[in-house]
Amino acid sequence: MSSVVTPKMLRPGAETAARPPQQPRRKKPFKSRAYKVFRVVALIVIVVSFLAPLAWMLLASLKTNVDIYDASKTLIFEPTTANYETVLGRNNYLSFVFNSFWVAFASTALSLIIGVPAAYSMSRFAMRRSALVVLMARIIPGVSLLVPWYYVFSNMSMVGGYSVLILSHMFVALPLIVYILMSYYDSMPLELEEAARVDGLTHIGAFLKVTLPLSMAGIATASILAFIFSWNNFMFALVLSGADTKTLPVAIFNFVAYASIDWGGLMAASVVVTIPIMVIALFTQKYIVSGLTAGATKG
Amino acid sequence: MTVASLPQKSAWKAYSDWANDHRKWLFAAPAMAFVAILIIFPLAWTLYLSLTDASGSVRAESEFIGFANYAEVLTDTERFWPAVARTFIFTGAALLVQMVLGMCIALLLWRPFKGEKWVRVAILLPLVATPVAVGMMWRLIFDPNIGFANQALAWFGIPAQPWLSGQDTALATVIFIDIWQWTPMVVIILLAGLTSLSEEPDEAARIDGANAWQRFKFITVPLMMPTIIVAILLRSIDALKTFDLLYATKGRGGGSFHEVETLNVYAYGLSFDYNDYGLSSTVLIIFFLIIIGCMWVLTRRRKDVQK
Repeated sequence: MSSVVTPKMLRPGAETAARPPQQPRRKKPFKSRAYKVFRVVALIVIVVSFLAPLAWMLLASLKTNVDIYDASKTLIFEPTTANYETVLGRNNYLSFVFNSFWVAFASTALSLIIGVPAAYSMSRFAMRRSALVVLMARIIPGVSLLVPWYYVFSNMSMVGGYSVLILSHMFVALPLIVYILMSYYDSMPLELEEAARVDGLTHIGAFLKVTLPLSMAGIATASILAFIFSWNNFMFALVLSGADTKTLPVAIFNFVAYASIDWGGLMAASVVVTIPIMVIALFTQKYIVSGLTAGATKG
Repeated sequence: MTVASLPQKSAWKAYSDWANDHRKWLFAAPAMAFVAILIIFPLAWTLYLSLTDASGSVRAESEFIGFANYAEVLTDTERFWPAVARTFIFTGAALLVQMVLGMCIALLLWRPFKGEKWVRVAILLPLVATPVAVGMMWRLIFDPNIGFANQALAWFGIPAQPWLSGQDTALATVIFIDIWQWTPMVVIILLAGLTSLSEEPDEAARIDGANAWQRFKFITVPLMMPTIIVAILLRSIDALKTFDLLYATKGRGGGSFHEVETLNVYAYGLSFDYNDYGLSSTVLIIFFLIIIGCMWVLTRRRKDVQK
């Protein structure tokens, strides 16, 4: 490196010649050594404070309850999978995993079917007030819906079944999907659709054959977020699920509702509910970020 | 062949034309109807229940009692007003710290650096974690006897704290947990805003000799205002309605002394623990008006900023 003289190294001198010396032109602001050190330390603190609690949960899930109570075994202990065996072995925990998955999957899929065309139409025809109707679902407190829902659905003897859980979780998924895809369609140029129209497709045909395939990235973003929010939802399932249709968050909650807390088991159960969602998040990071920031930057 | 298929084809074409002409509502109506049916009826019913003394069972006879519930709730200084206060303390404190911290972290991450990817992953994980599991995780960490929090305090010679189980510390602790989980959301939104900023105003100010703080205060923040307000809007909707975390850490009624009982937890308890539907509906209607009020103020502010 020392033998190579880059233009960058020459620049300070070259610049003084070209511009007044008190205003050196810099692409990046001047960063002192102290700032750089500060930045690295700050970033490490940030990463540790966000990850350490999660690591703690993971470690505790691998400890026996005796070790959890022993402060000297904070980091050094003999890992055991006994907690996972207990959790997955008893209480049909695997069936709760299935319930969570099925409810999140079905509610996301059904919300896509009605949500994607709605988002398209609301974006293209600038139906801001109609969009507000759908977004109401996001604003309204869920408790105010639960009593009437419980009453109506129990009269139809649907409480405790999958259908009512899926319906209630669609309520979480649909506004997300509509909100994310509306901002996606807002920024999607009209030209391609118009070209398809010129080629003889109807409006609906152009939507199905041109716009829809082109919006797959947006649909993926919306589906991933809808799935995560449905998977994480607690309140609707707490009231509307039955013994066999409990979703994971409710199953975890029931873990502590009775008897004294089995910390190892509780942490193992918590790891089981968070791991799938974190794996999804790791692989779809870009989509999640674009979904969370949808509509936030264009004002 | 052409002749035979003609009438059929024109029928199809008539459908198709009709569908195309009405595609605006054809596309939008199912989603709107779904939400409207699931909202309007329950809201109307909640409004009705708030005017009755319904309790015990939703099927039980109830009497129309006018605004008696509202009078009772609005004069209730034992549960209702403290819950209102807690809702605002929780939302206000969490939101304030999240915005300040979120802005600091977003500024740190703004310029590219080595290992950026890993920091972003670390920030994303709390955000997607299931709130109930997060609550359980912090319950263990904040356990007064076996939790890591008190172990860490002991290293510095600080006496053990009761954290979630303390009457005075519980609310602060759940606020802390909310900050841990949701600051990343603010970071991600603000970072997207920062990245989309044009470099020029900042550059111009630098040439005029503005220091980093001045450029942040007079250039970055005003330009970021629409994004900042969106972040506040999204976070406050969720913070006002926080339920999972509070219920998972403190259970029914927000703990035995209602330490973390916000309006949402209070209304849930009235409905499903006490089956006092009349009162619960009244609390919910007031709560709903509060949320709408907050949203209205924020969206107004957003419009002002955009002008």
